[in-house]
Amino acid sequence: MDEPLFLPAESLQALVDALQGRGFRCVGPRVQDGAVVYGRLDDAGELPHGMRDEQGPGRYRLRHEGDGRRFAWANGPQALKPFLFAPEEPLWRSRTDADGPVFEGLEPDTTGPLAVIGARACDLAALDLQDRHFLGGPGPDPHYQARREGLFLVAVDCSHPAETCFCVSTGDGPQVTAGHDLALHELGHGYVVRSGTERGAEVAAALPVRAARHDEIEQAGREVTRAVRAQHRRLPSRDLRSVLFSQLEHPQWQRVAERCLACGNCTSVCPTCFCHSEHDQAALDGSESLHLRQWDSCFTEGHSYLHGVVIRAETAQRYRQWLTHKLGSWHDQFGRSGCVGCGRCIAWCPVGIDLTEEVAALCHSDEEACE
Amino acid sequence: MRPLAGTPHVAEVVERLEEARGIFTLRLRFTEPEVHAAYGFAPGQFNMLYLHGVGGVPISIVSDPEDEHMYDHTIRAVGRVTRALAGLKAGDRIGVRGPFGRSWPLKEAEGRDVVIATGGLGCAPVVSVINYVLRRRERYGRLVILQGVKHTADLIWRERYERWARMPDTQVLLAASQSGPQWPWRTGNVLNLFDEAHVDPDNSVVMMCGPEGMMIAVVEELKRRGLPEYALWLSMERNMQCGSGRCGHCQHGGRFVCRDGPVFNYPDVKELLGVRGF
Repeated sequence: MDEPLFLPAESLQALVDALQGRGFRCVGPRVQDGAVVYGRLDDAGELPHGMRDEQGPGRYRLRHEGDGRRFAWANGPQALKPFLFAPEEPLWRSRTDADGPVFEGLEPDTTGPLAVIGARACDLAALDLQDRHFLGGPGPDPHYQARREGLFLVAVDCSHPAETCFCVSTGDGPQVTAGHDLALHELGHGYVVRSGTERGAEVAAALPVRAARHDEIEQAGREVTRAVRAQHRRLPSRDLRSVLFSQLEHPQWQRVAERCLACGNCTSVCPTCFCHSEHDQAALDGSESLHLRQWDSCFTEGHSYLHGVVIRAETAQRYRQWLTHKLGSWHDQFGRSGCVGCGRCIAWCPVGIDLTEEVAALCHSDEEACE
Repeated sequence: MRPLAGTPHVAEVVERLEEARGIFTLRLRFTEPEVHAAYGFAPGQFNMLYLHGVGGVPISIVSDPEDEHMYDHTIRAVGRVTRALAGLKAGDRIGVRGPFGRSWPLKEAEGRDVVIATGGLGCAPVVSVINYVLRRRERYGRLVILQGVKHTADLIWRERYERWARMPDTQVLLAASQSGPQWPWRTGNVLNLFDEAHVDPDNSVVMMCGPEGMMIAVVEELKRRGLPEYALWLSMERNMQCGSGRCGHCQHGGRFVCRDGPVFNYPDVKELLGVRGF
């Protein structure tokens, strides 16, 4: 791609304006209810200036550090997933007329083209996996596709990973390398800007940018290296499929089940989990019924219900299903692990279960295989 | 044939047949002629049936793919949706999406003996195979039908078994774990039938459906008798809500049973077959 550009910190609003001028609705990170989550962004001044996060197993706290950086924190609970794979949406409607039921397909719910500012490398990797699931296989899911086609992605390198992050070991971060229209690296006085697509380059060209100086590019590189070195958690870098499926009777599944609440927080915050239920919501008078899909979790009892029997009645079986799928059979389905190292499932687990520790315990008897 | 994925099409119940207590067959026809004309399926595939305001359920298709007039679903009323479907009568309308999934290997089985081994209540997913083979008798070798039930009263389609038993080159062997009067067949389980079945290990294709424990036992028995694993096929069941491998409920290891199955070649699923929790 082209030579990196530099956008002064005070000119970030120009990016929001340029995207809005091209018809995009902008969302970006905002502080809400004590966490960084995406919200509508019209004013770059609403970005989380000076915020820092502290994350650990079962722990997430924000504090204000007072500097001017807007992206000096690691991901909050929300990934890109809800923008494309809606937490709940109607697929079709049925109503009754004189002859019986009539089924009407519903158009995808989209509010027009969306630009997301602030996506991280791990989330772009997760988006690629969601794309493979919802756009590949039996043909594109029209609801996901409608929203995906309009999506413009302004990604930001992660310079301040959390204690829970391990994207280096999964190969998905902290630097933005693929899947973006524009990639920013935040320095104290502005942003090194790289474009990943033609339309990204067009937007960049419309901003008050200059060529990035050599020292700015070098500083960005040093910050990425520092972010790499700051990560202590890791998953074994190899394909864990054979290891996990050879440990299906390992006592660790029971040990984790003694702590796991089967609450489904991990699957809700996971940027790659795709399970959803389909159910019908009938009007009280029975005249109309909506057929909806809604995020589901393999930790629920209903997920494995089969004519009167629950196949995974025990929490140990549900945790094993989740982990063997995420790190094991995902390879069969999509050619890679389903984990991008974002660490959300660790931070947002109410009892602080850490999948990297669980994997280490499961691999204990097979250390060579887990290098 | 492009599946009618997405929004259900309206189908009318042409006929409702009571097969046994709690088991019934719905004979359906799409109300829109062009939808009906475009619809096609292969034995082993299933449809999602929707009852307005109640919900949907995956049901295998038991009729013959070349019967263009209607297609049949045999259903056991066990859950919320199937119990509601049981209340339908001729003239009622429902929604249908499908067909979904992979079918039985009927092309690969041509020229070979076809062995059907089923257990438990009914054998709906393979009835279509039996009918298919009988209508195209010259394409296949022997047809061996083995069915095990718990109680003699559990056997549905008794007269069909009796009729099939009279067909040329067709052997029907039934066993009930608890037999009683008026039961002319064997006592025991389906494994006890193989001594009489004389399955040719070199020239047979075996198609199974029923409880997984029963299918695993049949697989072991057939392997002991020298059948290669690739000759063994089975139909699996899991929670299915979308039919297209998206909703994730039917996953069995890396396989989406609704899309990669429900009919599987045994070597493709043997790794996790019988492992509790998968």
